[in-house]
Amino acid sequence: MLTFSDYKKKITDNWFLLSELVKKGVRLKYRRSYLGILWSLIEPILTTIVLVIVFGTMMRKRPPDFSLYIVCGRIVYSFYSSTTKSACMSLWKNRSMIKKVYLPKYLYPIAECVYQFMIFGISLSVVALVMLYCRRAPTHFIWQVIPALMILFLLTVGSGLILSPLHVFFRDIEYLWNVVLMLIQYMCAIFYYPKKLMNSQWGFILKLNPMFCIIDAFRGGIMGYLADPWDLMYSGCFAVVLFLLGVFVFRRCQEELVFYL
Amino acid sequence: MANKKRKKKRRKNLFKGYELDQTRFENDEDRDFAVKVENVSMKFSMGLKQGRSSIKDVVIMGLLPTMWKKRQQEKDKDAFWALTDINLELKKGDRLGILGLNGAGKSTLLKTLAGVYRPTTGRVKKKGVLAPLLELGAGFELQYTARENIFLYGAVLGYRREFIEEKFDEIIEFSGLQKFVDVPIQNYSSGMRTRLGFAICTAVKPDILILDEVFSVGDAKFRRKSEQRIIEMFDTNVTVLFVSHNLGQVMRICNKAIILDHGRLIAEGDIGEVAPIYEQMTGEIRQIRQAAKAGVDVGSLETTPTGGPLSKEQMDAILEKYRDFD
Repeated sequence: MLTFSDYKKKITDNWFLLSELVKKGVRLKYRRSYLGILWSLIEPILTTIVLVIVFGTMMRKRPPDFSLYIVCGRIVYSFYSSTTKSACMSLWKNRSMIKKVYLPKYLYPIAECVYQFMIFGISLSVVALVMLYCRRAPTHFIWQVIPALMILFLLTVGSGLILSPLHVFFRDIEYLWNVVLMLIQYMCAIFYYPKKLMNSQWGFILKLNPMFCIIDAFRGGIMGYLADPWDLMYSGCFAVVLFLLGVFVFRRCQEELVFYL
Repeated sequence: MANKKRKKKRRKNLFKGYELDQTRFENDEDRDFAVKVENVSMKFSMGLKQGRSSIKDVVIMGLLPTMWKKRQQEKDKDAFWALTDINLELKKGDRLGILGLNGAGKSTLLKTLAGVYRPTTGRVKKKGVLAPLLELGAGFELQYTARENIFLYGAVLGYRREFIEEKFDEIIEFSGLQKFVDVPIQNYSSGMRTRLGFAICTAVKPDILILDEVFSVGDAKFRRKSEQRIIEMFDTNVTVLFVSHNLGQVMRICNKAIILDHGRLIAEGDIGEVAPIYEQMTGEIRQIRQAAKAGVDVGSLETTPTGGPLSKEQMDAILEKYRDFD
């Protein structure tokens, strides 16, 4: 059984490798692209414009601040989907190293999550831009953003720790996960208002989706209303359990997976 | 006193590689051993990579238990032992040559020692920092420059940042890439990559050094230089595990040797004892091959593996067995 000081030693021992892997992710993302860091701002802006035009005109009366509503949901969801996808592939992509030297393999999915989270932090400035466009000032509800982002990060790391070893054993997890992500997307209320659905008998679908709870809290922080604190608690517990499950799954698989790479 | 102790500890930490939990020594009596391999066997399933790669199949087979059973049986039938019951003990400063034909299990043994594979049965104990030199330069990030790769590769090998910063100039100088430090690796020739890989791997002063045919790369000048560097390391009482097909090189570098054949340890001892056995083994194969090519009657050969004349069937069997041998 490992004690706390053992874990501390492990973390400090591996800190340098983790930081190198994170650096590699950030550097390679922006190398050889003329737009550089601007690209991570343009992408969410463009998708938000399209979503606002398409779904905004579909509604009979476009609600105020619809663009802010969309950009909040869209940016949080796309972080989760792109990061879990790349974390899923991370062990497979680095197989030439893993097969050759002994190294702590769990650093690969975690590094993937960390560097994507840093880029996500940069792209959050898009939200500030849209707030300016909508002439919204931040209110005292903004504190909700911090727990929402922390839970989001933990949820992503947990998903990555489960997906990456499974992907080594079952190569078609990649496609299956895309399907699951699409279902999650539709259950997140990104481009529609959940009010009607919430009041129907199917409201529990949204309530059970931790991503919806995270997006709702994030949105509450940006748009200035108080999201249901129980939802936030639920998603927090969900993320912790998923993270622990991820640690368990990864520890079970890490010795075996080198034979499948 | 305490301060001195701490200082020493910090110094040691600088060269620290990753330690496996299984590598710690429990008893003091084991202290002078660098590597201990106890009853290590390694089982591979041949169809592992192809089999069970789809979750759809698993779901379908989960519904049909008979099919699942059949699949498991097939898997067991495919299994083969890459290593069978290997026992080894190396003292600090021993230099072991690992000889054997292709597919004898040499690389599997090295990977088990390096901690990449966990043995199916038995255990491996190691003491100190281990530096693996396997397939140099295979793990480089192609879009990265040499400078960035040195830090990344060093981190993967378990070096500390300060250590790499300290050794950076030495690595560049040894690999002779001063002009290309900030050029992406993808523009390098394979020889340049190997040189860089060798320089990074040998920058550390390890306690155990694993060499898997590393001298067969690079030009003659670099080959001499790298062999020189390895021999310099011997002064620091490093334990070496060396795989090569070149018996001369093994005899130059090693003081002990083992021969592996189909995953079994068939000879073990000082290099002086083992080298003739290996020579005989390969010599016989060569002789039989030449004889078969020339169409000479095998019975007329003086040395045969069994001591007596060989029948046609026996010769065919031997040729078949050593078909991959070069």
